[in-house]
Amino acid sequence: MKIFNLLLKNSLRHKLRTFLTILGIAIAVIAFNVLRTVVTAWSVGVQASSANRLITRQAISFIFTLPYAYRDKIAQVEGVEEVTFANWFQGVFIDKNQFFARLAVDPETLFKVYPEYLISDDELATFKKERNSCVIGIEIAKRYDLKIGDVMNIDGDIYPGSWDFVVKGIYHPRDKTTDATQMFFHWTYLDERMKEDMPGRDGEVGWYTIKISDPSKAAAVSEQVDILFKNSLAETKTETERAFQQGFLQSTSSIITSMNVISFVIIGIIMLVLGNTMIMAARERTREYAVFKTLGFSARHLVGLIMGESLIISAIGGGLGLALTFPIIAAFAEFIPKGWFPIFEIETITIVFSIMAALVIGILASIFPIQKALRTKIVDGFRFVG
Amino acid sequence: MKIPIKYILRNFKSRKLTTMITVSGIALVVFVFAAVLMMAYGIQSTLIATGSVDNVKIVRKAANGEISSIIDGETQNVIRSLPHIAVTTEGKQIISNEPVVIINLDKPDGAMGNITVRGVSPLSNYLRPQLKIKEGRMFNFGVRELIVGSSISKRFVGAKIGDIVKFAGDDWKLVGIFSADGSGFESEILGDALQLLGAFNRGNTVSTITLKLDDTKNFDIFKKAFDTDRRLQQFEVKRERDYFEEQSELMATFIRVLGIFITVIFSFGATIGAMITMYSAVANRTVEVGTFRALGFSRRSILAAFLTESILISLFGGLLGILLASLLSFFSISTLNFGSFSELEFSFSTSPSIIISSLIFALTMGIIGGFLPSVRAARMNIVNALRAG
Repeated sequence: MKIFNLLLKNSLRHKLRTFLTILGIAIAVIAFNVLRTVVTAWSVGVQASSANRLITRQAISFIFTLPYAYRDKIAQVEGVEEVTFANWFQGVFIDKNQFFARLAVDPETLFKVYPEYLISDDELATFKKERNSCVIGIEIAKRYDLKIGDVMNIDGDIYPGSWDFVVKGIYHPRDKTTDATQMFFHWTYLDERMKEDMPGRDGEVGWYTIKISDPSKAAAVSEQVDILFKNSLAETKTETERAFQQGFLQSTSSIITSMNVISFVIIGIIMLVLGNTMIMAARERTREYAVFKTLGFSARHLVGLIMGESLIISAIGGGLGLALTFPIIAAFAEFIPKGWFPIFEIETITIVFSIMAALVIGILASIFPIQKALRTKIVDGFRFVG
Repeated sequence: MKIPIKYILRNFKSRKLTTMITVSGIALVVFVFAAVLMMAYGIQSTLIATGSVDNVKIVRKAANGEISSIIDGETQNVIRSLPHIAVTTEGKQIISNEPVVIINLDKPDGAMGNITVRGVSPLSNYLRPQLKIKEGRMFNFGVRELIVGSSISKRFVGAKIGDIVKFAGDDWKLVGIFSADGSGFESEILGDALQLLGAFNRGNTVSTITLKLDDTKNFDIFKKAFDTDRRLQQFEVKRERDYFEEQSELMATFIRVLGIFITVIFSFGATIGAMITMYSAVANRTVEVGTFRALGFSRRSILAAFLTESILISLFGGLLGILLASLLSFFSISTLNFGSFSELEFSFSTSPSIIISSLIFALTMGIIGGFLPSVRAARMNIVNALRAG
């Protein structure tokens, strides 16, 4: 306890400097956390993916469609429990800067394959019954202030024309990672209109999502599905939902890499600020350390003194930064345009990382001054002039 | 009376480590700041270079990118009847009706990329004179051959001359590699428009139309004729350069918003670092400050001396940071562009305004970090200062 008091007293000797250092560390921890949160928000699709779902898409690239006839063939593959499908509808809602997924889906099977989208039985029944109805995520309902019965007008681009959908249901996310920023409507509604307006573009499905009974057989089922359509005009590529999401993520990997590099730079900066303070403190106390050594204190004690002080400062700074992270992330979420990230929350792992980073920095920043203090001979220490 | 600059410089020497740490702290922040701006500017300048001012691009109004735009054959004929379209010496209109699709290719590390495949018409070399065959030869019209942009050829597996790319149920032979002055076309694959339309079973429905005007000044007349034609209501016309610049907006804004938010937080850290250094510089030199004052130097010159010291530190840091960041312009990176949903290679590129704003940023950190400590030095009481230490 006495040692702790000494450490505290030592760190309070230069109140202003210690205060500034703590502030510096806190700010760096905040920056680190914001960056990590952006990276995890980016990869949320991977975390939300389920092990028992496979995605089947056109082998050339996902912008090409598959025939609707594949549905029954896929359903017959052994190990397939349920098949649902969707089309990327996109279109323009309000203006071109409103980003969220607008999909044409099969109302009968969608919610069976995606149990994490929670919807009441009544709403689901209405959605299934009414052809021009749609279901939206709670986040979309909040963002555009949409209620049940409201009409969403969308200007189609991939599927040209003006489209009206009546909101008949609002789904809630089951997990933290569930995307509640999507809009679903009847695939048959889309298909029928395509049959009339653009014959030849009916019977098209963007991708199939397959629910399998045994996740360990994912590879085998994928292979069997792809073999079915080998050498046809629309060959397929089936992979787990996770692999599919990762594929998307990898296409922006250079951005993620640069963000990771920056988060290391941040740690570097914290280290410089704290290291600077510790070097100054140890330099000023050169003579004191000589006194300690004369009195018989060993190197171990000096190490404890310097590292302890460094750790106290980094712990307080890190704690402060962590506490401030929450309101700042909330502010940042407001600051970025809506819809860039479906989910923007601090992950537990981020918190663990930042605590570890503060700890490591506390230790590393004290190494240089410790080395110097240990190396200095007692006589030289006494002779030292500030 | 001014305190000689030599005194200030000598101080850096006596406190080498601390000065160096502060300089490198500021350098790191400026580096990140400049790198982010260079990245955003790189994307923008690549896409601006992609479009030509003389060319005009026609897309469907609601389309978010070239791939989701659709223009049918009837509309293509209407557009042919518009005024001021440039003609070749043989009297053919310089128009390229282009189907645009995306195919997947793999990178050596197994990551997947979305590559734009653009079908062009035989006259498209009038529209894009910057396209030059680097290796191999131009594709022949009427056969399933493709040429590949140099950046795609460099970064993706199976994109060399002689390789076969499989899509639309057919084999396509890569016969040449082209460069395009570092523009976005280098991240594309080109082929015969008619071959692509046939393979994808699209009839004569293309994605976008690019055409050349007889004189770039006639754009407004062309646009007016276009906008007043009721058959073209669902479509819009833009200068090609503006069109491609808009495709960079989303990505560039994203990088800027994120980057600037983070560098602003960083800069607080670095300012605090500078402040710590300057406070300790002042505290360590209390006796010296007292001596200066006793010798007759005014408070103002003391303030100026310490502030100069801090500004010099930040200037060194700023220059070092800019130097490090400018090394980045030797690198180019390739990523998915949100605006077009396909791969785009660009390099970090710097502009005078980026250098100036980085320097201003560094100096601001120095001035803010150095001001309070300098005020403290200037306010010291002579007698107390001389007694200290």
